[in-house]
This record gives sequence, C-alpha cells and structure tokens, in this order.
Amino acid sequence: MNTQGKPRLAKFYEFRPVEKQQEIIRNVFAVLCSRPEHVSNFVDAESIFGADARLVYKHFATLYFVLIFDGSENELAMLDLIQVFVETLDKCFRNVCELDVVFNYSKMHTILDEIIFGGQVLETSSTEVMKAVEEISKLEAASSAINLVSKSVSSWRSR
Amino acid sequence: MAGSSSSSIMDNLFQRTLDDLIKSMRLHLLTESSLISKSIEDIRREIKSTDPQTKSTALQKLTYLSAIHGVDMSWAAFHVVEVMSSSYFSHKRIGYHSASISFHDQTPVILLITNQLRKDLSSTNHFHVSLALHCLSNIATLDLARDLTPDLFNLLSSSRVFVRNRAIAVVLRVFDKYPDAVRVCFKRLVENLESSDPQVVTAVVGVFCELSCKDPRSYLPLAPEFYRILVDSKNNWVLIKVLKIFARLAPLEPRLGKRIVEPICEHIRRSGAKSLVFECVRTVITSLSDHESAVKLAVSKVRELLVDQDPNLRYLGLHALSVAAPKHLWAVLENKDAVVKSLDDEDSNIKIESLKLLMVMVSESNVVEISRVLLNYALKSDPEFCNEILGSILTTCGRNVYEIVVDFDWYVSLLGEMATIPHCQKGEEIEHQLTDIGMRVKDARLQLVRVARDLLIDPALLGNVYLHRILCASAWVVGEYIQLASDPLELIDALVQPRANLLPPSIRAVYINSVLKVLSFCLDCYINQDEDTAASYGNSEMFVVKKDSEAPELVATCEGSTYEQDEGFNPRHSTAESSDDLSVENDTDRVTHFSKRKFTHETVVSLLNRIESIFGSLTANQDVEVLERARNILAFVQLIKAEIIDNSGQNLGEKYTQVSTVIKSIRHAFSMELGPVSISAQGRVAVPDGLVLKENLDDLKAICGGDIEPPSSSTFYTGGPQFGTTLDGSSSNLLKNAESGPSNESTSLLEHRKRHGLYYLASDKSETFTDDYPPANDPKSNSNEADELAKLTEQSLLLKKRTNQMKSRPVVVKLDDGDVAPIPYKRPEPRDNSLSGAIKDVLLGSETHPSLSLDKSSTKRKGKKKQGTDIPSEMKENLGDAEKLDPENPNSSSKNKERRRRGKEKIVEGGESDQRGKKKSSHRHGRHKTHQRANSPLNVVSQTPVIPDFLL
Repeated sequence: MNTQGKPRLAKFYEFRPVEKQQEIIRNVFAVLCSRPEHVSNFVDAESIFGADARLVYKHFATLYFVLIFDGSENELAMLDLIQVFVETLDKCFRNVCELDVVFNYSKMHTILDEIIFGGQVLETSSTEVMKAVEEISKLEAASSAINLVSKSVSSWRSR
Repeated sequence: MAGSSSSSIMDNLFQRTLDDLIKSMRLHLLTESSLISKSIEDIRREIKSTDPQTKSTALQKLTYLSAIHGVDMSWAAFHVVEVMSSSYFSHKRIGYHSASISFHDQTPVILLITNQLRKDLSSTNHFHVSLALHCLSNIATLDLARDLTPDLFNLLSSSRVFVRNRAIAVVLRVFDKYPDAVRVCFKRLVENLESSDPQVVTAVVGVFCELSCKDPRSYLPLAPEFYRILVDSKNNWVLIKVLKIFARLAPLEPRLGKRIVEPICEHIRRSGAKSLVFECVRTVITSLSDHESAVKLAVSKVRELLVDQDPNLRYLGLHALSVAAPKHLWAVLENKDAVVKSLDDEDSNIKIESLKLLMVMVSESNVVEISRVLLNYALKSDPEFCNEILGSILTTCGRNVYEIVVDFDWYVSLLGEMATIPHCQKGEEIEHQLTDIGMRVKDARLQLVRVARDLLIDPALLGNVYLHRILCASAWVVGEYIQLASDPLELIDALVQPRANLLPPSIRAVYINSVLKVLSFCLDCYINQDEDTAASYGNSEMFVVKKDSEAPELVATCEGSTYEQDEGFNPRHSTAESSDDLSVENDTDRVTHFSKRKFTHETVVSLLNRIESIFGSLTANQDVEVLERARNILAFVQLIKAEIIDNSGQNLGEKYTQVSTVIKSIRHAFSMELGPVSISAQGRVAVPDGLVLKENLDDLKAICGGDIEPPSSSTFYTGGPQFGTTLDGSSSNLLKNAESGPSNESTSLLEHRKRHGLYYLASDKSETFTDDYPPANDPKSNSNEADELAKLTEQSLLLKKRTNQMKSRPVVVKLDDGDVAPIPYKRPEPRDNSLSGAIKDVLLGSETHPSLSLDKSSTKRKGKKKQGTDIPSEMKENLGDAEKLDPENPNSSSKNKERRRRGKEKIVEGGESDQRGKKKSSHRHGRHKTHQRANSPLNVVSQTPVIPDFLL
C-alpha cells in the first residue's frame, strides 16, 4: 500500500470477505502511519489478526510493504523476504516506483506467487523468481499472440 | 484490437482493458465510487460475452476491483470457472487468479473445477500445473482435496523441481482439509526430506514446520532427519525452519535437547546471518533453557543485539530477554542498563518491551527506585506511553494486595504524584487503589489524607476528566479519615469550592457526603471541647492562634487538647485499635501531625452559614443523588444551627445537649458503617480486640435504641454482628452505605437505621462478588475466633516465602487480607495445580492413544501409524529392499531381525516390550519407520549410526 493508505497490491492466503479485507488494510495502515521513521519494522499485530500474528513492514519511497506472519516465521527472515520481493520488482521494472506497481497488477501477482506459495515461502532468490516470471510472461504472450496481442500484455512488455 | 470472431464485436472493439481502467481511475475525472460502479456495469455486460478475450479481460478488471477496491465479485463465480477452462494460458491465468482470491469453501461452483484442476495438474506444461497447484493451495476444500489427492501423490515425486516443491507446499492445505490424505502422501513427503535439491528441502521443511505447530509429538520420529538437515544444510531459510521445529520438539524429548544443543551453539558462533543467530538464540531460551552454557552463549548474543544500531535488532533483543525472563531472570538483571536506556528509545515497540522487562525485574527492594525512574520517563513521554508506564506501575505494585510495596507512605505519595502528571488517564485504577489502601493499610491513612488533601486543593486537577475519579477517591478518603487531617476547615473549603460544580453528579455526591462527615466531625470536636472545658475549666491549654488562609477571622489552634479531642472520636478509634496501638498513635501521629483547630462558636456558625448558602443552591440540582444529599445536609445544618444559635447565651454545661446527641449519633453512625470496614484487618488479626468491639457495639445499642441489632444479626454474615460488619466491602459498597446514611439521618435516625440495614442487605450480594478474598475465609475466621491468633502464628511459621513476606510486614502495614489470606490463598493453588495437572495427564494420555482420534492432529497420527499396515505393498517393498541389501551389509542381519520384530509389533500394536517402556516403544516404533524410509534410498550404513545415538 502507499503512504496514503491506498492499497496497491493485497493478497490473502486465507479467505476473507472483501469488506473484512478492506477493514484489515485500513487497520494496518492506521498502525503504520502512526510510526515514525527509523524505528523498528515490527508491529505487534495481535489486535488486528488475532493471537500470535506479527507484522513486518518496510517503507520504500511512497510505498509500504507489509507482511503478516505467525510464529512459524523468523522476523528478520521476513524482513529479508520483503527485500527479496523489492529486489525482484526492481529487476523486473528497472527502478521500480509506485506507478509500476499500480499498472502491473497481474505481473505483481505473478512475482508474488513465485515467492510465496499458498502462504509459504517457496523461493528466496530473486534471480530464480525472475527466470520464472519471464517464462510465464513469454508463455502468456505466446498464448495471446494468437489473439493478436492483448493490450495489457503489450504494455507490460514495453516496460 | 480486433479480429476475434466474436458476436459482440463492438464490445470487443471498445472494451477497456485493465490498464485503461487504472488510468481512468488515476485521472480522477469521476469520483472513485461512480467510476467503479460504472465499470462494474460494463463488466457485467462484457463478462457474458462469448468471446474469451472479452470475457477474460472483464474478469481481470473485476478481480482488480475486488482486490484493491473491495468490490464484491462472488456473483461472477461461474464466469471464473469458464475463464479457467480456457486453453490459452493468459486467460487461464486470469481465471485461476480470480478463483484463488474469490473462491471459498461455500462457493457453490467450486465443485465444477475439480476436473479442470485434474486436467491441469497432469498437464505437461509445468506452468499450467503450477497454476492449478497454486489455486489449490489457496482454495482447496475437503472435496477438492479428497478428489485430487492421487494426482498430488504423483506430483510429489515429479522430476520437475518446479512442480515438486509446489506440490509439497500444497500438501499442507490438503492435509488440513482432508486428513486422510496423510496416509497416501506422508511417505512421499518424508522422502523428499532426503532430496538433494535445496528448493525441495525448503518446501518440505516449511511444511513440517507448519504441521508441527499443531501436534509436535507426532513428528518426534522424524527428528533424525531434521537433525541431519540442521547439521548439513547451508541454507539459512531451511535452518531457521528446522530450528523452529526443534524448538517444538525439544521440550517433548529431553534427550533430543542434548543432541541439538551443540550444533545450535555452533550456528550461533559461526553464522553471520542475524536471522539465523536470532532464531538459534530463541530456540535456546525457549526450549533448551536447561542447558546452561547454551543459555549463557545465547544471552551474550542478546547483549550484542541490545546495543546494536539497528532498532530491529534492539527490539528483538529485548523480546528475547522477555522470553528468557521467567526462567532466567539473571539475564534481564545483567542487561538492566540497556533495558533502562531503551525506555528512552524513539521506537514505541522498544519502549513497551523494555517497560515490560522492567516490570519483570521489580522486586520489594527495587520497587522504589524503578518507579522513580519510570515516573520520570512518564513525565516526559507522550501521553500514550505515559499511561502505559503508569498502568504497569499500578498493576505491578497492586499485584497480590500490594505484595511488593513495603513503604506505603511512599506508595501513596507516588499515587498522588501520578495523579498530577498531566497525561494521566488512569483515574479509575488510582481511585481504586487509594480507597483500597485506605481500607487495608491503616498506617498509610495519615499520608493518604495528606495526599488526598493536596489533590483536592489542586485546582488544576478539576479540569482533567480522567482525574475526576481520583478526586472522588480523595474526597472519600478525607471524609472517612477526617480525624487524621490537619485542617478540617480547609478541607471543607476544598470540597465546597465553586469549581466542584464541574464534576459529574456522581462524584459531586461523594463530595457532599464527605462534607457531611467533615462537618459532623468539626461539630463533634466543638461540642466535646466545650463540654470538656465546662467540665474541667482551664485545664486545656490554649495555643497560638494560627492563620487560616480560607477563614482567617478567628481560628485558634489547640495542640495540647489532643486528649480531650480523642474523646470525641473515641468510639471509632477504640474500635479500630487496641489500646496499645492507640497510645502509639498518640505518641507519634497525634502529637506531631495532629494540630487541630479549636473551634470557636463564631467559626462554627460561619461554617454552618457557608455550607447552608452553598447547598441552598444545590437543592434545585437535576441529579437525584446530589439533590437528596444536599437537602439532607441542609436540613442537618439548619437543625444544628438553630440550636447552636439559640443556646449561644446559655451556660456551657447545659448547652447543646440535644445537638450533641444528634451529632454524636451521626459520628457514631459513620464509625459504625465505615469504621468496621476499615478496621477489619485489626478485627481479624487481634481477636482479643473483639472485646473492645463488643463494648462499642453495646454503646451503640444504647444509643441507637437497639435498632442496629436486627439488621446486623439477620442480614450480615453468619458469624456474629461484629464480624458481619468487619467484612471488607468494596469501596463502592462503602460509598453506598455512606450514601444511605446521611440521606436519612438528618430527619429521624431510627427509621433510617432500618432502611440502612436493608440497603446493606441489598448490596450484600454484590459484595460477595466483588470481594477478591473468598468469603470462605470468613466463616473460618469467625468460627475459630479464639484459636485464630495461635493459628496465625503457626501459619507464619509454617508457610513459606510468600507468607513470611506477608508476615514480616504487618508491623508496618496491616493488611486485612494479607494476614488471613494465606489460608485460602495457599489452598486453592495446589488444588488448581493438581487439577490442571490431571487435565493435562488426561489430555496427554488421550493424545498418545491413537484410538481417541477426535481431532485432526491425532487422526493424522493414526494415519501415519496405519500407513505401514494399510499399505502393505509398500511395506513389502521396503522389506524386500532391506533383504536385498542384506548380503552387502554386515550389520543388516541384526537389523533385519529387529525389523522383523517390528513387523510383529505392527500386528500387535505396542507389543514391543523388550528394553524400553511403553512410551518409548511408540517412539521406537516411529523411529523404525523412518529408519525404514531412510533405508529405501541408498545410504543405509551412513544413516544407521545417527538414529541409535539419537534417542537411545
């Protein structure tokens, strides 16, 4: 989400009705925006997500990257994971900025899905993720080429 | 974009893509909501198109709107299924994506996708498989999991890593939804632990880490595999997960701890990755806390974290300390400086964490120091944290009836100080503690009254809404313990000050009530002093005239007349104290602090006039409580005033006879209602005082004409009237009693006594609830009156630490519960323990009996257990393997024997009763399974040494 609290990309690994999702996003933002710069990146998220939930966030330019996790994950590792995600985005879009995130909804999801699979961290190397993402893009392009290239895909590739 | 052979070419031609949608959103031409509703309209039309391109684009837009703007898309579920089944990858992807974010267990069309998923799972294109797996990992239901388990089973041994690790991850969700899948897939899953591919291992370990959350015991047999990973793996992600698993397993199996402690310490020393080091530290302090050297190493690492530049590490360091605190308090104490320093951190996480740690450190000896430090921090920090600090001081100090507080004068002043902190919002808690201490701790009352006076006089406090409750408590305190106040008149002024109108009515009512108490006290003093002067004229020494800021006219102070004044509130004090105590108090408190005014006729009359005028305005008050009390006090004042003025000319000896009776009764009334509550500590500890109590009650009987009797004997607790009244009520009850008292007294005492009794009866019920200290206590103390002292001393000798602590203090502090409480206190505890212990036993027992497979985790166990027997073909395979290996392996003959024996065991479960006990047999049993699994791959010999070392 961005610094105004607008969600840019959200993925829930357990089903939540959309109203609940929006509420969660609002709550998370309320917590984040109250925190000053240069403080620790962990927030106790039990009030929002229930027992044993922890939240890690990282602030890049106009964006907050937020991960919610439970006792099965290591806090610092999650912080690294955000780093991996952002690195991958950077490789993907060359100097990623909020607009890239806004306009590449489905590619964002592709990347995220490569890293986190059904709530579990599957891949932590950004080069591996890149490889997979590129292949998927190719495949998509190929399949839609028959359809004379959909606009959305072409705009992805122009980036 | 054209050319697709669609019937709705127009739609297709002019359809807006997701990009267009996002762009128009960003242009803000329309408000967001109208734009969304317009797009939804378009989407609803487009999604019905027969052209797959149009349809999928529409779905993509809808998915976007749903994910980012929270638009409901459940209505489009069927279209999602349609798009999923498209043969084009890009469409399929959109379809799967929307399915995974919008489908849930109750989605009706979810059954329709089973075949589609199966088709894609067996696709040759691994991205198609990946899509299907991904979707499954998000939305798998019981039906889906059941139907697709065979496909999943195949994928678990897929040669393509890309597919295999995803399949492994999906297993987690499938197991969760369909536990029977464990039977089929568990073996393959475990085999993957052996995989040479790091990604696969990551995935498997991740799955086991999640699984072990629920029922760690089931995974003990796999410990050797995890141990191997712990030692061999270089991947930090995997190591962290394995550590998490061990953190859960180690407490269950002490021998495991011994094995893993060394490799973990090795990681702590060697690893450069902070996350791994921290995970090791956490594992050590949570699960290996018995291994001292490891804990020391971990704590030294924590110390490094505490002084790190990175706030994240500092926070985690503190977090680790607080985890360690219950078992290793020394770790916290060692790092005290760092913790205190963290209080000043700009990060609120760190501050709160360090506050928690400080509170853990608090003990009898350092509570003063720590509270001082904290209060200083509270003064300069932001409101939120300030209250956080105050709250934790209050809870910590108030814990177990002020267990750690030794110096109550200090603590009471501390409470007063807290109230003056501008951000303070803890009014309610402070209020409670002020009144509570007033009732429980006799020796603190003097200081309490002083603090209360300061609070009442401070005009700044009236403005803070949160502090009104504190003022309420202060007003009650000064009213209740007015005889300890240095200057009653000043208090009346504070209580009737015009700004008190700012207070809410409920508190205003307490104020008024306190005015009545103070006033009656003043009048009582005045009359007594007159009587005494009349009786022994000239004996009382008149002292210097002191200046009074409020009413400077004619105020004389009489210090020497303490004795006579004692007479005035004698009933109260003699009930409250044994004669020894009284003299002690006379020596110290009275003489030094008790400079009482000598009330002159003029002071009293002006006082009465003032009160009359002030309360006159209140008789039109809206609030019933305020109104009634004001009326009563007014009536009382008028009654008194009339007589005082009438009699002003008369002989000293005869004057005020009538008035004095009334006033005396009121004083008695107050001491009757509230005194006993406050002296319950005395009443319980020193039973011989009961004699005094009785005398006083007799006195009262005479005065009240026996009216007091019926209610007390019939409505109070069973154990005699004097103890009935000594029950410590909650402050609210006290106030209630006090309320009812004055509201009635002014007219006719008799009647009100009765009413009062009823009132008390009504509130009696709630009292038993609010009382923290079980009433079970009371019958005991009542029935054993005579023995009680002896018993108490016995207890103090017999009971351990805590009681001793309690016992050592009563010299300083009379805790009404502290002395008796140990009896009920001590008793419930062991009972609770044994109870919960029994429950635990039962629970653990049921867990170890697979037959009681009520919950999923145990069915899982069951599944695993059965695995061997249920899939005989596999077992045969394995046995066959082992037999094949026989000739090459010198050890294997013995092993093989063992294995055969195990085969028998499986038929007669738990029958293995050779060297080990039954419990161990189940471990062995499991271990053999893993053993066996480990065998089927190549490294038989290399594996075997690890296992026996491990658990044997």
